[in-house]
Formats: sequence, C-alpha cells, structure tokens
Amino acid sequence: MTERLTHRLMLASAAPVAAVVIAVVLSSIVLLISGSNPLAAYADMVQHASKLETQVDILNRATPLYLSGVAAAIGFRMNLFNIGVEGQYLLAFIVAAHLGAQVELASVLHVAFILVVAMAVGGAFSGAAGVLKVTRGVNEVISTIMLNAVVISGLAAWWIVEWQAGGEISATGGRVGTEPIAESGLLPDINSWLEVFTREVGLGKKLTGMMLVAVAVGVVYHVILNRTVFGFDLRSSGANPTASHVGGVSPKRMVVIAMTLSGMVAGLVGMTELMNTGYYPSNPISLLGFTGIAVALLGRNHPAGVAVAALIFGFLDVSSGILQISGAASREIVEIMKGVIILTAVIAYEVVRRIREREEAAAAAAAMAAGPAEAS
Amino acid sequence: MIYAAVGVLVLTVVQGFDDTERLTAVTSSQAMLRWAVPIMLAGLGGLFSERAGVVNIGLEGMLILGTWFGAWGAINYGGWAGLLIGMLGGGLGGLIHAVATVSFGVDHIISGVAINVTAPGVTRFLSSEILTNYDGGSITQSPRTPGVGRFTFPFLAGGDLFGWTTPDILGWFTDKDWFFVSDFTGLARGLVSQLSLATMIAFALVPASAWLIWRTRFGLRLRICGEHPVGGETQGINIYLYKYLGVVISGALAGLGGAFIASPELSGIYLEGQTNGRGFIGLAALIFGNWRPGGIMAGALLFGYPFGVGLRDLDGSASHALLLVNTIALAAVLAWALYRRRRIDAGLAAGLGLGAAVWYFMSTTVPDWWISILPFVIVLVVLVFFSQRLRMPRADGLPYRKGEA
Repeated sequence: MTERLTHRLMLASAAPVAAVVIAVVLSSIVLLISGSNPLAAYADMVQHASKLETQVDILNRATPLYLSGVAAAIGFRMNLFNIGVEGQYLLAFIVAAHLGAQVELASVLHVAFILVVAMAVGGAFSGAAGVLKVTRGVNEVISTIMLNAVVISGLAAWWIVEWQAGGEISATGGRVGTEPIAESGLLPDINSWLEVFTREVGLGKKLTGMMLVAVAVGVVYHVILNRTVFGFDLRSSGANPTASHVGGVSPKRMVVIAMTLSGMVAGLVGMTELMNTGYYPSNPISLLGFTGIAVALLGRNHPAGVAVAALIFGFLDVSSGILQISGAASREIVEIMKGVIILTAVIAYEVVRRIREREEAAAAAAAMAAGPAEAS
Repeated sequence: MIYAAVGVLVLTVVQGFDDTERLTAVTSSQAMLRWAVPIMLAGLGGLFSERAGVVNIGLEGMLILGTWFGAWGAINYGGWAGLLIGMLGGGLGGLIHAVATVSFGVDHIISGVAINVTAPGVTRFLSSEILTNYDGGSITQSPRTPGVGRFTFPFLAGGDLFGWTTPDILGWFTDKDWFFVSDFTGLARGLVSQLSLATMIAFALVPASAWLIWRTRFGLRLRICGEHPVGGETQGINIYLYKYLGVVISGALAGLGGAFIASPELSGIYLEGQTNGRGFIGLAALIFGNWRPGGIMAGALLFGYPFGVGLRDLDGSASHALLLVNTIALAAVLAWALYRRRRIDAGLAAGLGLGAAVWYFMSTTVPDWWISILPFVIVLVVLVFFSQRLRMPRADGLPYRKGEA
C-alpha cells in the first residue's frame, strides 16, 4: 500500500518538478547564448532570497498573486475561464479606494467596509459575465476579455480623473491618484507576528496584513470546495453539468454563483496595495489577473498548490531586482522563466494525466482478469 | 455594397446634427482601414486555427511576437523583410501552441493563456538584449522602422499609370459637396488612395483565405479537423498534420498583423504593450464574423472605425455623433426583434437604445475613454443579441487523440 502511495506522490510531484527543472535548463541556455553566466545568476537569486527582508518582499508579492490564483481556480473548478480577474480587481480597487476615503468608521469596521466593497464590486462585475453566459449564451472567455477592456481603458480611466484627489499634482505633472484613505481604514503590517519567529525586519520592509486575509481565503476555499455539499455540487456540475443537472443541480445557477465567487476573491487582489498605500494610483500594479491564471494552472487549482505557485512567482519577480543590481544577467530572464514554467507545467500535467489514465486502465484490466474475488 | 451605402447614409445624416465632418472624412476611412488590418489579420489567423479545431486565444501573444520580430526585421533588413520576419515570429508562437494542444492535448484556452503571458516576457528579454544596443532603442521600444511602398488606384483616385496621372474621379465627386454622394465618394476615395501595399495584401488575404479554406483540397481537410476529426481519420487524413498547419498559419497571420502594427502604417516603432488587446478583438471579429472571412473583415472594419474616428477627434464631437449612430443601430435591432417576436431582445434593445439616446441628447461631447472602449462594447452588445445565431466549427476546442475512432 505504501509503495502505491509513494508512486502516486511521485506522479503528482513529477509535473511541477519537471517544469521547474526544464525552465532552469532552458533559461540557462538562453543566458549562455546572451553571454551571461547562469550559475552566477542563480547564486545571486538564491543568496538574495535567503535574506529576511527579501522573504518579506516575496510574501508581499505572493499575496495578491495567491488571491488572483484562487479567483481563477474557482472558475476552473466549475470549468469556467474567468479571464476577467484583471478587470475585476482593478475596478474593485478603484471603487473601494474611492468609497473607503469617503467614510469615517472605527478601525475594524472601516477595513471591513473597504474589503466588503471590493468583494461586492468584483463579484457583481464577474457575476454579470456569468449572467450573460446563462441567459444570452455569451461565452465567458470573450465577455470577460471585453469587460477587461471596458474597465481598463474605460471606467478606470474615467474615474481616476473624476475621483482625482483635489489639487494634488505630482512633481512631474502626472496624476497621483484618488483621495487617500484615513489611517483607520488601513490594515496594519504584521511584522510583529513574523518577528516572533525571526529577528527584526530591517530596511523598513512591512509584511502586508492582507497575507492573513489570503490565508483565510485559501482555507475557506478548501473547506467549501471539499467539505460542503455546495462544493460537491460545484465540482460535479463543472465535471458533468448534464449528469449533475439530473441530480438536481442547476448548471445555470452554479455558473452564476461560481463566477460571482471568483470575482469576489478577485476583488481582494488589489487590496494588498490599497491597504499599504491608501489610494488608487495613476499606475496601479497591473497584470496580476493574467499572472493569477498562470499561478492557478501551476498550482492545479489546489489551495496549497496555488500557494506554492504564488511563492515561486513571487520569488522570480523579486529576484529580477537583484539581477539588475548585481549585473549577473538581464533581469528580464525571469519573465522567460515564468513563461517556460507555465508552458512546461501544463504540458507535464497533461503527460502525467495520461500516464495515470493508462496505469488505471491497466490496473482495471488486471483486476478484471484476476476475477471478481480478487478485485476487492 | 447596399449595407455600406446604408451605413454611410446614416453617418452622413447623423453628422449633420452634430456639426462634425469627421464621420465621413477621408482621414477617418483611411485610419479605419489601417486600424482594421491587424484586427482582421488576427481574426483570419483565428479562422485557420479554429477551422482546424484549435481555439486560439493566444493570438494576442502571437501578435506581440509579430510586433517585435517585425520591427527587428524591418530595422535590419527593410520593410518587406520586417513583415516576413514578423510572420515567422508569430508562426513560432503558433508552433508552440500546436505542440501543446495537438501533440500533448493541453486544454486550448490554458495553452493560449500561457502563450499570452509568455510572449511579453520573451519580447522584453529580447529588447533588453538587442534593442538597447540600437540608437534610439530602449527596453520598451525600438528605433523607427521603415515601411513598404504605397499605391494609389488610377482613375478612381487619380493614381499614376505608367507615368501618366489619371483623372481623379472620386475626388471630383467629393469636391462637389453633394449631400450623401460626396460623403460616400469621400469615404471610398480614402480606401483607394495612398494605400500601403501591406494593407492591400492584408485585404487580398480575405478572398484568398476563403478560396483556400472552401475551394481547395487542403481547405476541406482543414475543415474536417474542426468539424469531425475522427471522421477525417477514417478517411486516412493525417489530422495532426493539418491541425499543426492550421495553427502555425494562424500564428503567422497574427504575426503579420503584429508586424503591421510596428510598421509606419500604424506606429512606426516597436513599443511595449502597443498591441493593446487587438488580438482579443480579432478573436471577437472571428466570432462576430461567424467563422467566415467576409464576416471577419466586416467585424474588423466595424471595430476599426471607432479608432479611426477617435484618432483626431480632439473635441469629442465625432464620438458624440457616434452615440446617435449607436442609437440608430439599436433601433434597427429593436425592429428586427419585434419582427421576429423576440420580446426579451426587443426589451434589451429598447433599453440600451434609450440609454444611448438619452446620453446623446443630454450631452454635447463624450469623454475620450468612451471611443476607446466602444469596439469592446459593440462586441458585447452584438454577442448579447446574436450569440445563439452563430455556429462555430463543431469540434472546435475539443481534445482529439489519434486512434480513438
């Protein structure tokens, strides 16, 4: 029995490990061609990452990526492609930043208000794509892509002008962003929690409090999906909507709910930045939504897997900085590494799935041949 | 032709209300053409891929590869080489997509998203390695790129014919300032004068694709991959081969579109992020066009038109006039829905049309962001009304493995 377990574990981990190994090999080749020493570059990256301050940076970067990855994963579990996380989080970001600056509330309530607004906006916007799908037959891939554009070049571009903080123009004449949220609406950093285990965090680095929210989201995602009737309905409806419909689960209802839940989590993605700076800047951190899809793919939509994937991507993003400083290689190599990891990971997962399928078929055939008594 | 005439008539009447001439200006129609080309090429790219049964959401990434390779090729080897090398770059993206989806059976959307995430990283790395060494190049942009030649049609727009300047017939009508007629000829003249050869090739690819896909043996085999691959397999067709060809052609066409964006026709440089989602609009044009070349061209022109109008519309008056056009279009949808007795459609069209009309009459200009999202809004509205009337290739997006027949 243990032998089978280790075999299964090996198969499960084979794909991500293979993906990372292939990515390292390919990146090394690219680095060699471009005249850099790959070993020096990797040594710089690893050495940099061993510092506590870098680890805080990585966690700060991984937090929004994790939320974005979970948002995409919720859709994937229902066989839906929510390509719109990008637009949903930016819309939620700007609306929450604006409304958060308008109200005065006690600290905990203020933070909760902002987070709820963000989740409501993201959920409503994403749910709209779900409604379009079930009522009008509009494919959610297309509708969410279009809604992304509507947000990014439309609503956000409009509201950043409308809600511009009064008279505050930066030195370069650019727009600085929305009105800042009062101190009571910001989530404090959790350096003190971290410092229980480590030395004091230097360089003014702050571990975002949103990390706790992200962990909570991950736990809730896991529990709802695997420990509730609703989660079972969601997964079965995604795997086979017809059979599930016969079992009393309306696929239309599940599509709208899954899209809404996905959008609610997406709404939290921008909160890492908002809770730190307190306003929506003219150039908010972008592309987190698209990267989140990659993170979900790499992590197999599994709450822990997505976390590992988010940390890998966070590590790569943060490493690009040190490469530029040390000059060991072009910092853009991490972009190549990310791309190669995703492509090889999805291919490796598919290969592993086929191997597993073949083994199961062989095992079933063997059991059949051995007769019913042996099968149990 | 009749649709075009009706469309121009509407535009002419509308711009009378709004005191703008931008809706039927020559510059508008020329800009529309130029903006439509990359969308159309991406859409045609999607056509080859999806007719072979592979959903290609990676068009955006292949377009991005096309912009970089197109610019690099044009700077080093001239305008024509730029287009060709752009095609190669995009084709490389297509090849990766084909390997993942056809050989390894990865979900098509997943592979496409992976390509879209990867392509900007690749171009960024290449820029940091190569473009930064050029004069005027940086990590996000290239020096200016050379283009290809231009052509003005003889007789229609007064182009040269063997050294002889022919009469400019459409120009003569346009100068007369006759209601509607001059507007129509003005637009038409923009389409046939000072036309880039690259634009002409792009539009020639529309009938060429239709011929290739529906009138040749290659096309028949390509289509069976998208409709019923198992049936094709029983006929002895190498499905994998045709799927590969379809997806690689798809990438090459998107790459050509990218090279066009980086050519002087649109921007004249490689600039990071310059594709601006046009690969996705191309995908929308493909769906809007019901997986047919003519429909894709119509969709690309429709989506390119707001860009063309908005380009020089500094006071927002033309964009404002477009609101009225939207209202009229929605009224037409309302009439259609009533005729077909589709009450929900009618209600939606009436609501949206009323909204556009109220906005039109309550304002004198519209903000500049409206015109930049108009193509996307059009796509959404069109899909809301007509999604159920579209028919995609039957086996589009479904996994296929040899030997399961």
